[in-house]
Amino acid sequence: MSTSMGYRFAVNVTPKAGILDPQGRAVEGSLPHLGVSGVHDVRVGRRVELTVEAASEADARITVERLAGELLSNPMIEAYAVELLGSTSSTTSESTETGAGVAAG
Amino acid sequence: MTRIGVVVFPGSNRDIDAINALRVAGAEPVTLWHESPDLAGVDGIVLPGGFAYGDYLRAGVIARFSPVMRAVAAFAAEGGHVLGICNGFQVLTEAGLLPGALLRNRSLRFVSRQIAIAPERLDSPFTRAIDARRPLRMPVAHGEGCYYAEPAALDALEASGGVLFRYVHLDGAPAGGEEDRANPNGSLRAIAGVTNAAGNVAGLMPHPETAVEAVLGSDDGLGIVRSLVDSAAERAAGRRTTVTVGAR
Repeated sequence: MSTSMGYRFAVNVTPKAGILDPQGRAVEGSLPHLGVSGVHDVRVGRRVELTVEAASEADARITVERLAGELLSNPMIEAYAVELLGSTSSTTSESTETGAGVAAG
Repeated sequence: MTRIGVVVFPGSNRDIDAINALRVAGAEPVTLWHESPDLAGVDGIVLPGGFAYGDYLRAGVIARFSPVMRAVAAFAAEGGHVLGICNGFQVLTEAGLLPGALLRNRSLRFVSRQIAIAPERLDSPFTRAIDARRPLRMPVAHGEGCYYAEPAALDALEASGGVLFRYVHLDGAPAGGEEDRANPNGSLRAIAGVTNAAGNVAGLMPHPETAVEAVLGSDDGLGIVRSLVDSAAERAAGRRTTVTVGAR
């Protein structure tokens, strides 16, 4: 009997180094209004969380890497990092966070 | 009559303007629905402005994976003429059919106003009907139009004649960087439009299709639309000749 698991990932997409990030610059520009100093290099990105059904974590990672590179980020202007958040058995609705997954994050 | 397809995505909103412009330019517009890979035998294609699929994730990226875009990519690979305007330009860069990327405007503001661009060359399929290298007035309306590519890629693009249009002042002086109002989005090297290496796919952020009649405030955009129609007509005529010769 084959078992399928649900692997929960986060894909963190950020502007590549050197790419102008007007959102980050606007956030940075607002800091004096908060009376905050000594904060710089603010970069604003995007985080996408998704669950991949797969037979193994390795298979799930292949899928999520493909999505991250082809759809979720534009490699010309953005970098991404994949983070495993946890896994659940797809046969039950109960969520069981794996310690290894959390540690990987 | 030359038949030019206008692709309609959910969220396209300048498709009617493109259809009008094609009629003014003497072509027969054909609406192409995003879910169908059938291009209805058109001679050329316009990807119009708007917010395809809501521009979620990144402008143009989800449209890239639609059935019609696979057909458009195949059409372009065969040498067919494809013009992307505004959101259509964003779709073409996301699809890898045009070089570079369009980033959020440096001002972070949506810009909607009249600007001027000048063609870099008049020998391309998209500029051949423009009468002179003078500033062309037309509107921009976008939030993500800041043209970007890495410096080496920009150099290569310029060297190969890939830059088609640049933002300029009304007197023709080139627009500067982000502090210059003539460059509405802070595009690198004031690039407003580019073409691919083969020269049959082009995109620009400004809207020539809404500047095709004096009553619209400007008809400076008509030369661009007419160039596409002429190029597509010429290619179609060439193909018919080939077919006829082949049949004999």
